[in-house]
Amino acid sequence: MRNAFPIFTVLCAILAIWYAGSVWMNSTWVFDQATRNGQTVTWGQVIPLTMAQDRPLLPPPHQVAENLWKGIAGQAVTSKRSLVYHGFVTFRGTMAGFALGIVFGVGMAMAIVRFRVMDQSVMPWAIISQTIPIVALAPMILTVSNQIGIETKEVPKAVISAYLSFFPVLVSMVKGLRAPDHMQLDLLKTYGASEGQTFWKLRLPASLPYFFASLKVAVAAALIGTIVGELPSGAIEGLGARMLIGSQFGEPLIMWAALFAAAILAGLLIVLVGLVERLANRRMGVGA
Amino acid sequence: MTWAPANPLWLTGAVAVWLALWALNIGLSRRATRAARVAVPLLFGAALVLLWEGIVRAYQVQAVILPAPSVIARTFAGSTAMLWADFVQTVVKGALSGFVIGVAAAFAVAILIDRSPFLQRGLLPVGNFVAALPIVGLAPILVMWFGFDWQSKAAVVVVMVFFPVLINLVAGLQASERMQRDLMATWGAGYWQSMLKLRLPAAMPFIFNGLKIATTLALIGAIVAEFFGSPIVGMGFRISAEVGRLGLDVVWAEIVVAALAGSVLYGAIALVERWVTFWHPSQRH
Repeated sequence: MRNAFPIFTVLCAILAIWYAGSVWMNSTWVFDQATRNGQTVTWGQVIPLTMAQDRPLLPPPHQVAENLWKGIAGQAVTSKRSLVYHGFVTFRGTMAGFALGIVFGVGMAMAIVRFRVMDQSVMPWAIISQTIPIVALAPMILTVSNQIGIETKEVPKAVISAYLSFFPVLVSMVKGLRAPDHMQLDLLKTYGASEGQTFWKLRLPASLPYFFASLKVAVAAALIGTIVGELPSGAIEGLGARMLIGSQFGEPLIMWAALFAAAILAGLLIVLVGLVERLANRRMGVGA
Repeated sequence: MTWAPANPLWLTGAVAVWLALWALNIGLSRRATRAARVAVPLLFGAALVLLWEGIVRAYQVQAVILPAPSVIARTFAGSTAMLWADFVQTVVKGALSGFVIGVAAAFAVAILIDRSPFLQRGLLPVGNFVAALPIVGLAPILVMWFGFDWQSKAAVVVVMVFFPVLINLVAGLQASERMQRDLMATWGAGYWQSMLKLRLPAAMPFIFNGLKIATTLALIGAIVAEFFGSPIVGMGFRISAEVGRLGLDVVWAEIVVAALAGSVLYGAIALVERWVTFWHPSQRH
C-alpha cells in the first residue's frame, strides 16, 4: 500500500497531461471554425469547445469514459454496439488461442527436453519464428483458411494468437523441465524409477513455477494476437474490428472506447492468470 | 482435395529425403562439435522446405492456397526492386527510426525514474501494466494524427518499443550490488561516474533483453500501422493489397523479407550483446 500514493500521483499527472493535450490538439479545429465564420475566439471560449466535439483529434478522458460506459452499460449485452459483446468475442478468441498455445508449447517443450535431436533442430527455428512478424502472416492465414473451407473467423484468429502465445510457454517449460539437478535425477535413478515416473514425479512438478510465470506473458501475447487477427479480416465482431470500424468511418470515440475496453480486458486476464498462479503455488506449497 | 496424391513420386521422394535428413540429424546431434550444432538446424530447415515443395507438387495445391517454395523464390528474384522499396519504407523509415527514438526516450525516462524514488514507486507499476496492454490498438489513432506516411508508423513503433525497454532498463539499473555501489561511493564517484562505470555495464544483460523484445515489436508495429492507411508502398500495404488479389506468392516473398529483416535485426543485437556482455555467465560457453 505504500506505493498507492505515488501511483495515484502518476495517474493524476497522466490525466492532466491528457487534458492539456486534448485542449491543444482539438483547439486547431475550433480556431479553424472561428476563422471560417470570421470570428475571433478567446482561450476562455475555446477550452469548453475542445471538451465536447463529435470527432475530436484527442478526446478528453471524460468523453472516453462516457463512451466506454455507454458501450458497456448502455446497451443490451447482445447488441452489436455493446462493448461487452465485442469484448466477449475477443475474449473467446484469446482463450482459444491461449489454450492452443499452451498445448503446443508444453508438447514441444516435452519433446525438446526428451530428444536431443529435437532440441538441436527445432529450438533455433522456434526462436526464428518469433522474429517473423506474425502480423505479416495474419491476412494470409485468414484468406487461406477461407479458401480451404473454414467459414468461421474463430479458427484463423486462434491460430494467430496461438502462434504468439506458444513461445513464452515453450521457453519457460524447457527451462522448467530441466530445472531438477543431477542429485535429484540420480536419486530417482537409485529408486529404479522409469522415465515416465521421473517425468511425472520430478520434472513436471519442478517445472510448474516456470509454467505459471510464463502464462502472464502468454496471455498478453494471445490477446494481442487476437486483436491483430481481427484487424485485417473484414471481421465485424471483436474489439479489433471495432477499432478498424472507428478508423474507417472516422469515429475516434469508437476507437478510443474499443482501445480502453481492450485495456480493461487485458487487465482482467492478467489478474485472472495471477489468481490461478497464486492458487497453484499455494497448492504446491510455495511461499505463504 | 482427395488424399491420393496426383504426383505420388514427388510425395514419396520428399518424404524419403525428409526421413534421410532426419536420420542424419539424429546421428549428427550425438556429436558435440560446433559444426554439428550449426548443421543440424540448417538441415532441419532444408528438409522442411523440401517437404513443403513435395507436398505442394504431389497434391497440386493451388497457388492461391499455398505456393511452392520454388515459385516463391522465383517471385522473390523477379521483384527485388519492389521488395527493396517496401523494405526501405517499412523497416528503415518506419521501424528503425521509431526503434531509435523509442529506445532513446526509454533511456531518458529511466534515468529520471532512477534519480527519484518517488517516480520509481509510482511510474514503474503503471509502466508494467501498460507494457502488457495491446498497444497495437493505438495504431489507427496515431495514423490519424501523423498521416499516412512513415512518420505515423514510426510513432506506433516508438510507443510499442518504449515500455518493454523502460522496464528492463529500470530493473537493470538496480542489478548492481550494494557492496559494489558502496565501493564506488568510497572512491568518491559522482552519480554519472558510478552510472557509466558500474551501473550501466551491470544493466547491459537486462538492456539487451529489452532490445531483443523491442526488435520484433518494432516490425509488428510498423506493419500493423500500414493496415490503417499507407502510401502505395510498404510491406504491410503490399501484403494486404496482394492478399486481396490472391497473389499469395508476392505475400510469401514479403514474409521472407520480413523474416530476414527480423532475424538480421535480432542477430545484430545478439552479436553486440555478446561483444558487450562477454563477462556474463550466459555468454560463457
